[in-house]
Amino acid sequence: MTKQPKKHFSLAQRQAVWAYTFLLVPLAFFLLVRLYPAFDSLRLSLLDFNSPLKPAPYIGLENFKELLSDQVFLRSLWNTLLYTLLGVPAQLVLGLGIAMLLSNINKAKGFLRAVYFAPYITPIVASAWVWQWLLNKNFGPINAILTSVGIPAQPFLQSPDQALPAAVALVVWQQLGFQVVIFIAGLEGVPRMYYEAAELDGASPWQRFRFMTLPLLNATIVFSVVIATSGFLQLFTQVANLNPQDRGGPLDSTLTVALYIYRAGFESSRYGYAAAVTVVLFVIILLFTILQLTVLRKRVDY
Amino acid sequence: MVRTQTAPKQIIQKRRSRDAAWWVYAVLIVGGMVTAFPFLWMFLTSLKTYADVFQPAIFPSNPTLDNYGDVLKNTGFIRWFVNSVGVAVVSTISVLIFDSMVAYTLAKLRFPGKEIIFILILSTIMIPTEMLIIPWYLGSLKLGIANTYFAIALPGMISAFGIFLLRGFFEGIPDELFDAGRLDGLSEFGLYTRIGLPLVTPALSALAIFNFLGNYNAFLWPLIIVQSQEMRTLPIGIALFSGEAGTQWHLIMTASSLAVIPVLIVFAIFQKQIIEGVVLTGTKG
Repeated sequence: MTKQPKKHFSLAQRQAVWAYTFLLVPLAFFLLVRLYPAFDSLRLSLLDFNSPLKPAPYIGLENFKELLSDQVFLRSLWNTLLYTLLGVPAQLVLGLGIAMLLSNINKAKGFLRAVYFAPYITPIVASAWVWQWLLNKNFGPINAILTSVGIPAQPFLQSPDQALPAAVALVVWQQLGFQVVIFIAGLEGVPRMYYEAAELDGASPWQRFRFMTLPLLNATIVFSVVIATSGFLQLFTQVANLNPQDRGGPLDSTLTVALYIYRAGFESSRYGYAAAVTVVLFVIILLFTILQLTVLRKRVDY
Repeated sequence: MVRTQTAPKQIIQKRRSRDAAWWVYAVLIVGGMVTAFPFLWMFLTSLKTYADVFQPAIFPSNPTLDNYGDVLKNTGFIRWFVNSVGVAVVSTISVLIFDSMVAYTLAKLRFPGKEIIFILILSTIMIPTEMLIIPWYLGSLKLGIANTYFAIALPGMISAFGIFLLRGFFEGIPDELFDAGRLDGLSEFGLYTRIGLPLVTPALSALAIFNFLGNYNAFLWPLIIVQSQEMRTLPIGIALFSGEAGTQWHLIMTASSLAVIPVLIVFAIFQKQIIEGVVLTGTKG
């Protein structure tokens, strides 16, 4: 009588012991290396913290007040928005377009897919160097092509007007393969019979795309937009390496919020102020994610 | 019945054998050439002499491998490469062990506090790295571990995304398999290593490849925590090499080629697994 429940209890207990043993180190990791530092950033953002060796007085929301009138920060915020607005649609349209073409061919499909995917796995630092050289005003091959057809050489990365679109081009080139592969997988999930039926019913290619491909790919599109947006909102490595002598230049025209965090924190040693920028970035990413999940998810239910 | 079953099949076969129009190939090939051009330019520049670099010609007039010898001998390239690979290997092994343990526990074991622990881990995915680097840096200074391999690798030792991914795969394994294992006398640990792990190997290899590449290419955190020349990882080495090499583009392109070639070789070998891995992480994650 007393043995039965005890045995049952000991199995549950054994599972619990194993569970907590398995979880011990990872839980400590997530608490100490992820959650605690995130809250610590919140705390730092309220301090006037400029050196680990000096006292850091509590200054309330002063750092955030200063941000509101910091022209360089506002520029980085505007640039980040611009990167996202230019880059996400470009990545989406090109990714979906190439995926649709690739899924329609029979020959060299794997090879072409590999070519489009290669930049995605290439070290970004190396890619950024090549792009600097490709876009160089005096010696770059792109300007050599332009001048050969009668267009004057463009400054690209040296120009405050052209540098941001040029950086977007690098990111799109580098991320495109990921989008292509995701979309090919999404397209393979659409039963071909749907298309056959629509074709027999006389639907034009545009109608098939608009009323079949797009709705059926909705989940893939949501995923792709969410990934692309979070990438652009945290853009750092590409931009930092396109102009390594003047990160974010010329004239802060390519500066992103993430790069500004680096400059404020690690070039100017204003840790408290940089922490305040990270809090703002976190809130922006959170808002974007909630917005995308509510707006885009709704359209999945057909 | 027979007719309706065979008819669509015939159409599908007809459709499959019908190849796309020529312009589809033309667009894809031109696009592929544009995509591949930066690589081609990089490799060709790495074969040029210093005098050749500033000539507009695409192909080197006097192809040479001297630049490679120069970079390998006169920079810390080999050390940087070893640092990068070392950090990437260690953190990938750590991620595979810990992520699979946590994912298995959350998917298959019953214990109090499970939901809270899952939400706690999942919520960390939302925190951008930028928000963590300042406390990480200040903490490393306090603990005296700045500029060590441990500090470079630590943030990547466990991945919440990997846990989330693997948990989905473990949940797909029927409970009956584990019950049968219990009857056969396997311990809880044996159930995880003998039944759980072998059944999620595709997900594990996808996670391993992405984790490795992510760590090999990592830039922001190593840039902050590495303070000496010999501790640099490859991306940091190449990024800072510029200041030291000035406008020696043939050497910069050579160092870039050397960083890219191993990745492209790995990609060529594991192409199928890598692309399937993207699909796996994309559709499950």
